[in-house]
Amino acid sequence: MKILDKWLMEHKYKIQDVKLMMNMIRESFLAKLGLTIITMFILTAIFAPFIATQDPLMQDLTNRFQPPSLEHPFGTDHLGRDIFSRVVYGSRISLMMGITVTLILFTIGTTLGLIAGFFGGAVDEIIMRITDIIMAFPSLILAIAVAAALGPSLLNTMIAIAIVGWPRYARLARANCMQVKNELYIEAARAIGVSNLRLIFSHIFPMIISPLIVQATINLGGVILLAAGLGFLGLGAQPPTPEWGLMVSEGRRFISRQWWISGFPGLAILLVALGFNLLGDALRDILDVRMRR
Amino acid sequence: MEKLLDVRDLRTYFYTYRGVVKALNGVYLTIKDGEVVGLVGETGSGKSVTARSIMRLIDPPGRIVGGNVFFEGRDLLKLSDGEMMKIRGRKISMIFQEPVIALNPVLTIRTQIIETIMANRDVSVNEAEEIALELLEAVGLPNPKMIMKRYPFELSGGMAQRVFIAMAISANPRLLIADEPTSSLDVTIQAQILDLLNRLMEEGRISSMLYITHDLGVAAELCHRIAVMYGGRVIEFASTEEIFKEPLHPYTRSLLKAIPRLGYYDELYTIPGRVPDLVNPPSGCMFHPRCPYMKDVCKKEIPEYVEIDNSHYVACHFAGVKDVR
Amino acid sequence: MNIAAYIIRRIIFMLFVLLGVLIITFIVSHVIPADPIGAILGPQAPPELIEKINREWGFDKPLYVQFILYVKNLMHGNLGKCIRTNNPVLKDIIIRYPATIELATTALIFSLIIGIPSGIISALKRNKLIDHFIRIFSISGLSMPVFWLGLMLLYVFYFRLGILPGPGRLDLGLTPPPRVTGLYTIDSLIAGRLDLFINTLRHLIMPGFVLGFGAAGSIARLTRASMLEVMRQEYVKAARAKGLIERVVIMRHILRNALITPVTVIGLIYGGLLEGSVLTETIFAWPGLGRYATGVFLFLDFQAVMGVTLFIAIIYSFANLIVDIIYAYIDPRIRYG
Repeated sequence: MKILDKWLMEHKYKIQDVKLMMNMIRESFLAKLGLTIITMFILTAIFAPFIATQDPLMQDLTNRFQPPSLEHPFGTDHLGRDIFSRVVYGSRISLMMGITVTLILFTIGTTLGLIAGFFGGAVDEIIMRITDIIMAFPSLILAIAVAAALGPSLLNTMIAIAIVGWPRYARLARANCMQVKNELYIEAARAIGVSNLRLIFSHIFPMIISPLIVQATINLGGVILLAAGLGFLGLGAQPPTPEWGLMVSEGRRFISRQWWISGFPGLAILLVALGFNLLGDALRDILDVRMRR
Repeated sequence: MEKLLDVRDLRTYFYTYRGVVKALNGVYLTIKDGEVVGLVGETGSGKSVTARSIMRLIDPPGRIVGGNVFFEGRDLLKLSDGEMMKIRGRKISMIFQEPVIALNPVLTIRTQIIETIMANRDVSVNEAEEIALELLEAVGLPNPKMIMKRYPFELSGGMAQRVFIAMAISANPRLLIADEPTSSLDVTIQAQILDLLNRLMEEGRISSMLYITHDLGVAAELCHRIAVMYGGRVIEFASTEEIFKEPLHPYTRSLLKAIPRLGYYDELYTIPGRVPDLVNPPSGCMFHPRCPYMKDVCKKEIPEYVEIDNSHYVACHFAGVKDVR
Repeated sequence: MNIAAYIIRRIIFMLFVLLGVLIITFIVSHVIPADPIGAILGPQAPPELIEKINREWGFDKPLYVQFILYVKNLMHGNLGKCIRTNNPVLKDIIIRYPATIELATTALIFSLIIGIPSGIISALKRNKLIDHFIRIFSISGLSMPVFWLGLMLLYVFYFRLGILPGPGRLDLGLTPPPRVTGLYTIDSLIAGRLDLFINTLRHLIMPGFVLGFGAAGSIARLTRASMLEVMRQEYVKAARAKGLIERVVIMRHILRNALITPVTVIGLIYGGLLEGSVLTETIFAWPGLGRYATGVFLFLDFQAVMGVTLFIAIIYSFANLIVDIIYAYIDPRIRYG
């Protein structure tokens, strides 16, 4: 009991923050909407085998181009595959890509940003100039160029997005790190001889994590969208993978009549990106309010 | 003298994510015609909110939830937005704490002063221009023609405040609300602005004024009567003389002790404790956690705002009882 | 600081960024691919051909020599040759960029017309139903897969309803107006061909809307945030306290300040639109730079890749420069500061 009390006392403000955040999410209609979409998306990805009505790869040439019906809620494609099942399984690819890429971005960007912000000087200058250049670049074009250079595959898509995306995190981490690093308790920790590495990762990093998480949430929608775009151009997953962008691209040839082949996978992309953007937006508002308090 | 302004039980709340901030908890305040009333209190006591509530300039998430603001016999809170707009600038005008940010950064002084004159008086642009030049001269700005061409960021704080005062008095309002007009300025400039306000009153350009300040000393110089605010209420209201000679509320007495006096540099008295949290205010009398004379009743009951002597109002359970001190 | 010095400083900064872009593109197109020639010519290419190309392009030399060679050629306006079209890259770009400019400009106009009023209304009606509606709409803009939106609109308005024309810049069978600017809208007017003008305008509606939709969302969000920020400012309260009517407070005091932020990012948004044209042009068979870029990227046609990227980066930087100058003009604090 005593330990718990002590912990509660020590983390009083953090707990207050979390409570405040929960309150604000509960009160914000848009945040709730976003959270609902994301939850459904994640559940679909996890329970895909139970939700899908068919094997997503199973072809049935006698049942091609079926419009949406009770049997095939989203219709069938040019190979007679059930689009609903493909969209359901596609959520796994999207979620996996989104999370992996975001983790990579987060790790690389934050580490470089912290290093730049903490040490300053030439290191800072070099890292920041690189971010300048990458950010001056149109990101989709750079991603296409990198993905094309590496050769089309899911993995290379992720690498391409990571190369394009890390500077945002680096800048955010650097700016916040520079603010925190001059606080009294960091000075104090430095004075008692805490090593730089420890200082960065166990003292500064926890202080600046909230804006980075918000950034990651907002970014997840963008990553999923970019990945789908590369998939659409044929630079990502290859057939017959049920990747949403690729599916939209496959349906393109039949758009004059069979709208559902492209229609439903694209709708899925829109919804998931919308979910992350809604939640990210609300989180950012919350963060703003907290900063201003 | 008739009452020009009569504020009764004014309540303004802010609905924030932290909870409801009860910024005003029943403010009573009167201003007679031709009178200068000081509104004094610490930061966060509700002085500015009172001023803005009278002007009906409370933005969401804030809201005036109750009370009356009678001005010339009419309740301002019951007017339509259009009617209220005609009160602002013409009948009641206001000057602000930070004049530089109260002026629009991307418009010239000329635009801002002329739009004010034309909004409140039925004149042509040319006439407005002449009035503007005359007013700028009256508030002691040298070379008004130059000033008119300037942008706000090209003015010093003192100059900007003079410009603002010129705009505020342009329609000869009956009441001027001055919201800490000098606290963002240098000490010498402060004195100049106070002199200016005094002179404008003598010249009859300002008739009545509500002067908000955290400095009891400034209020004493300028005001006929002083209202002391604490925790979103006026807790004492009397003539300046009585406030200084016979303060009844313990908080007023602490404030008086906190005024630095000439020659007394050694020990500045500060009031122990903190300004109350208006989301979770203390029970009973809000001052009880800091009050040296606190009794049980102070924790339980909110003291009423009553007239003790002739026109000496106070909200304290022991205001009439002399021996408690 | 005066405005000329400011512009010069900005141009110098721009040159640095462009050099960086050049280096990165060079790395991407020359270093990452294991066998660039093979990628272009295919695995069955005769060895003599490979040899010849190697010599012609200097691939047998060390990388830095190749880079210096490239920059040297660039200085003379020689961007190299596109292997796919067998044209000089610069010529390919010049043929195609007006189509993209026309499309991106249409999209920008759409996005401003939709975005700015939405943002203003949203802020003025904060937390009302219409605000929620506009916010969901603007976040959808950011979340929209443009290639999908393009296909769906094509299906509805072209294939089903038939009220808007299909892909391309003009109806099939129509001859483009004689080229003056390369922009069909302007060239058709110069040629006095009102029918072509209307036809090409109708062709611009769908791709312009599709491309501008996301930008409209960004602009609406930005305008809303900027409005709310300005509405909190003391001078807005002061303007009300002065007795100004609400319309004047909104038009003169809030809007003028609030629109500064959206104006400053128009350059960025225009750059984003140029970039977004890659996907939109693919959908609408728009013969612009975007579609060209996709083609050359997929085939790793490096001379063309570098040329296109550099070209887009230059336009992007110029758009930003122009906006910065406009910004300095709107906001007197910048001009004098």
